Amino acid sequence: MFFDSDLLMSALRALTPILLAALGGALCERAGVFNIGLEGMMLMGCFTSVATSWFTGSPWLGVLAAALAAAGYSLILAVGAVTLRGDAVVLGIAMNLLAVGLTGFLLRTVFGVQGTFDDPSLAGLPLVGGFSPLAYLAWAAVGVAALMLSRHGWGLRLRGVGEAPDAAATLGVSPAKYQYAAVLVSGVLCGLAGAQLALGNVTLFSENMTAGRGWIAVVAVMLGRALPLGVLLAALLFGVAEAAGFRLQGLGLPQQATDAAPYVVTLGALFLTTARRRRRIRATGATS
Amino acid sequence: MNRITGALRSPVAFSILAGVVIGALFLVGTGADPVAAYGAVIGGSLGADGIGSTLSTGTSVLGMALALAIPLRAGLINLGGDGQLVLGGIAAAVTGLYAPLPAPLTVVLALFAGMAAGAGYAALAALCENHLGVPLLVSSLLLSYPAASFASYLARYPLKEPGSSLPQTRQLPDGVALPAFGGSTVTVGLVLVALAAAAYWFADRRTAIGYEVRMTGLNSRFAAYAGIERKGLTLRLMAVSGALAGLVGSIGVLSFPYRFVDGSLTAPGHTWTGLTAALLAGAAPLGTVVASFFFAVLQVGGLSMERTTEVPRELTQVLQAIVIVFLAARLRFPRFSRFRRGREKPSAQGEFA
Repeated sequence: MFFDSDLLMSALRALTPILLAALGGALCERAGVFNIGLEGMMLMGCFTSVATSWFTGSPWLGVLAAALAAAGYSLILAVGAVTLRGDAVVLGIAMNLLAVGLTGFLLRTVFGVQGTFDDPSLAGLPLVGGFSPLAYLAWAAVGVAALMLSRHGWGLRLRGVGEAPDAAATLGVSPAKYQYAAVLVSGVLCGLAGAQLALGNVTLFSENMTAGRGWIAVVAVMLGRALPLGVLLAALLFGVAEAAGFRLQGLGLPQQATDAAPYVVTLGALFLTTARRRRRIRATGATS
Repeated sequence: MNRITGALRSPVAFSILAGVVIGALFLVGTGADPVAAYGAVIGGSLGADGIGSTLSTGTSVLGMALALAIPLRAGLINLGGDGQLVLGGIAAAVTGLYAPLPAPLTVVLALFAGMAAGAGYAALAALCENHLGVPLLVSSLLLSYPAASFASYLARYPLKEPGSSLPQTRQLPDGVALPAFGGSTVTVGLVLVALAAAAYWFADRRTAIGYEVRMTGLNSRFAAYAGIERKGLTLRLMAVSGALAGLVGSIGVLSFPYRFVDGSLTAPGHTWTGLTAALLAGAAPLGTVVASFFFAVLQVGGLSMERTTEVPRELTQVLQAIVIVFLAARLRFPRFSRFRRGREKPSAQGEFA
């Protein structure tokens, strides 16, 4: 059996970090801040969680520290893009680069190792029913985000800020306040995503261990049209591709082919959804 | 005094200064002496022992910086440099190993094969944007991963050197190599990249296409109104960009160690350093050359700083990124209008729908 419950379980495990980061990206998107710094924020979360868990012996403090550190790191985007009106794309790229350099630098200065920090006494997150508690938190966050954005006043104002900042400002809603909040929440979620990656899926830190997952999360935001449920489906697609890749590797397919699978699948899904959307636009005679 | 404050008000000078100051704070924080560390960076990269290494690193950095600057000039970001680079490298390796031609012709053919592979792959990303509506930023980046996996597969299985435990192809035949200057590691590749920079300067300043590209970067809607066809421009710029990335890959294979080693082309991070240099220079031709040299100095100097002061070389990567963070926050690039087309559609989603 190729598709069985094991595959589903590993798909769900693989999707957790993507889902957390992508929910953060979706909130930013809704608030009108293009956040491609997810990868860097996640990586900061990975390192902080591992360092804190190792020094305190508590993975929970690691999770907390990761959320705080990544939120602090996300301030770069908030200040740069919202207050100073700098370029969010360039800022995001720079944040991703900075995180790679900074975590590599800290790995060398704090632990004195290069490449990977892996210690038997490093405490990882416990598993509850096969998943780390952060996985349950991620699923709950989908529901919370969906309700917030569709029902709650705060979420509605956030969307207003993203869609028509001037109109929102006229109504007395400060766009900057909502955009800061969205970026900071995305930082917290990316920090949790990093903690899940470094203390949940595995228990180690290695340089650049996010390996493009933050970028996949950016794509998941686009695929899911910044809707929490859409983002969940997009992340699930990636999770299934990654899990199926591992399975195929067990069946003898070279690792390189399966490494590439999630990216190819994601790209393919992007093609299909955009092609369909474009056809619909053409059919209704609207100009794009 | 006025001139000094004036220069500091320029965002580029301010960003570099900010990077240097924050880097010094890092150094003090880790108990190192910033003056000694920065001295080691300068001495190690520009001294007699380091300059050759700086120039050969600079060859790759400048090549990648040009590859990314050319589309950037029109407001297009090519994030797939790594994929185009390795495909160029593997194409050059295959040509170098199997072309039944005299060595000098094989070298030329390998260079062209590398450029063609890079150009073709980058053009694919452009086609994804033009015909499938996937933003270039995303399509180029996502395409990069399968390309790297494919090259890695080739180097580990079909093309693997028999009997070697390393993931690498056989060494190229004798004479299939770019000539080096004296006994140094600096090859004719530097001349090729310098020629590319000169050609970019000429095209940017003196030709109609260069003007069209700059105009598109400054205001893409006005450029469209003036009759510049965006899709064609995207395709051509990406092809040129990929060709340059492929050229850098071929130069890497046709220089020491004269073979394709899995991961060795992308491990130094020249693509990202190149992008950083191109952003710092605002993609202007001469500025890109200067910024690339600056980052090559940082990279090579970082290694000697690590040897003499035990400060990890990752610090130089931190410096690079800090410079760009400050620059991005201070400058309002008008050219990335795709992502911030007015206030009503400030997101990629708008472009995407």
